Amino acid sequence: MTTSSTPTVPSRWERFRDSFLWYSFKRDRTAQLCLAVFICMVIAAFASPLLAPTDPYDLRHIDILDSELPPFWIDGSDERYVLGTDAQGRDLWSIVLYGTRVSLLIGFGAVLLQALLGVTFGLMAGYLGGRVDAFLMRLADIQLSFSTLMVAIVVGAVVKATMGSAFYSQYAVLMLILIIGLAEWPQYARTVRASVLAEKNKEYVDAARVMGLRSRRIMFRHVLPNTLSPIFVISTVQIANAIISEAALSFLGLGMPETHPSLGSLIKAGFDYIQSGSWWITLIPGAVLVVLVLSINLLGDWLRDVMNPRLYKG
Amino acid sequence: MIAFLIKRLMHAILVMFVISVLAFAIQDNLGDPVQQMVGQSVPESEREAIRERLGLNDPFLVQYVRFAKNAVQGDFGYSYFYREPALEVIARHLPATLELVFAATLIIVLLSVPIGVYSAIKPRSLFSRFFMGASIIGISIPVFLTAIVLIQIFAIGITINFFPPETAWGAWLNSALSTQGNMPSFGRGHDLVHVAGHWDTNLATWDGIKHLVLPAISLASIMLPLFIRLIRAEMMEVLQSEYVKYARAKGISMRRVYFVHALKNTMLPVITVGGVQIGTMVAYTILTETVFQWPGMGLMFLDAINRADIPLIVSYLMIVGVIFVVTNTIVDLIYGFVNPTVKLTGKPA
Repeated sequence: MTTSSTPTVPSRWERFRDSFLWYSFKRDRTAQLCLAVFICMVIAAFASPLLAPTDPYDLRHIDILDSELPPFWIDGSDERYVLGTDAQGRDLWSIVLYGTRVSLLIGFGAVLLQALLGVTFGLMAGYLGGRVDAFLMRLADIQLSFSTLMVAIVVGAVVKATMGSAFYSQYAVLMLILIIGLAEWPQYARTVRASVLAEKNKEYVDAARVMGLRSRRIMFRHVLPNTLSPIFVISTVQIANAIISEAALSFLGLGMPETHPSLGSLIKAGFDYIQSGSWWITLIPGAVLVVLVLSINLLGDWLRDVMNPRLYKG
Repeated sequence: MIAFLIKRLMHAILVMFVISVLAFAIQDNLGDPVQQMVGQSVPESEREAIRERLGLNDPFLVQYVRFAKNAVQGDFGYSYFYREPALEVIARHLPATLELVFAATLIIVLLSVPIGVYSAIKPRSLFSRFFMGASIIGISIPVFLTAIVLIQIFAIGITINFFPPETAWGAWLNSALSTQGNMPSFGRGHDLVHVAGHWDTNLATWDGIKHLVLPAISLASIMLPLFIRLIRAEMMEVLQSEYVKYARAKGISMRRVYFVHALKNTMLPVITVGGVQIGTMVAYTILTETVFQWPGMGLMFLDAINRADIPLIVSYLMIVGVIFVVTNTIVDLIYGFVNPTVKLTGKPA
């Protein structure tokens, strides 16, 4: 792929610069702010070993005597801990940074898995039709009628009970990605199927078929690129959903262990101390979670307005 | 209609079959029941005899048929922890959850319809914009966090001394923004009124209602934004349609056009989504009940997981499966009744 361009063939960057997407982004303050917040949070989270003053996974830095110190604007705070400490004496600023990293990692991983499964099944259902379509969509219907959170909770509970909590917490990140990924693939499958059905009867598909290309090649190389915009739109919302699902599972004790907390398990751990007045242990990670999810959701809203794909309703 | 009923019934049976196989597979693979029943000192030959007597050595299919036969008759086995029939335990916890869901649904219906309709009629007004903004924030706050914030504000109380207390306005602002925190945040309270069987109600006494308020608001908070947005979107679409313009041209009062003519067709998709969301609500009761220690099915399920109380887990799954299948079927039926144009049997009209 050459990046240099002749006047007749615009490069990718030029095409992007002239696109409606970029045009509307330049005019939408909310979208700009949300993207800035989101990018800052992602960078801060993945640079947490550099930014955090202490390593919350390292027990040597933790002193139980420092526990439940309030953040800086409240009397009795300690200048070493800007946002205070949690019940184990861990620096809240550091642990929230690390926790955001865990939450984002699971969110991205789960959405990647969902997209992989959902796009493949959606393409197959839409393009091949017939029995494959009926079977896959019935499966999706059944799973969706159970609400994705319910499926995730049940699968998480069963896996935890089968494998034992020690094993489960050791591989918690992987488990959560698998559980949330498996629970939400029908969203992708339905969206992709709907747009494949719209694309399938167009002439370029007929042309490819007449040329004798195999179904798999037509599906992935010809039809898939034309269904990308709805996939793009639901991906943003799905990342927000996956992060919330992870937080919910962790809050129920089916997610990340407290030694390796995500935002959800930080909220859970802090909730036990809210009655004693230490509200910051639970509400600061909570606020971070809300800002993260809100910025993604607002971005998703903006994308949906701009790209205006035919999303599956309901 | 009959064809549709039979088709739905077949679908429901298929779904229940899948759930029961999954549930049985869970039961079959988790732990050794003989280990749970006998002590350490029982020799292997004895254990083998018990296993043989209980039919645990039979093939999977034979065991499943036995399980299904018992399940159909309402026998889901004994809970390890409560030492009574699992169905009995669930029946005892069911009313608390149902009351919670009922109260939350009441809040959702009473708020989402007027707000949704208003913001569809006047999409540019300040009020509508506020609620559209608030609804996206509402969607972004997980239900357990709403619950925690509510507990902090209304059950524990917050003291604000940010404004200068020596000035009159500062003192007033401080006291206006601080809250007392006298709402109960824990359990159902003691002032329950017995109705029938296992059903003690929270709705009959003031104290009971006070206990119900915070959990119900938390549970409602997750669905409310969704329904406001849905009703608004559908209503705006309906308001563009020809028949609404015609009704308006005939000179019917706007109130009648909005609330009689337009609202009817707005509610059709709301019913379908509502049916699906009841399922989601059951999942969210697990979270809400955990935060508020509300003694319903959700909390019971989570406890059962932590205690590895397998018969109880399995029966909860089966009961929730029945609830889902029944609500989905009922919603489809209602949809067929209120919207005669829908093709129930899937045949071309």
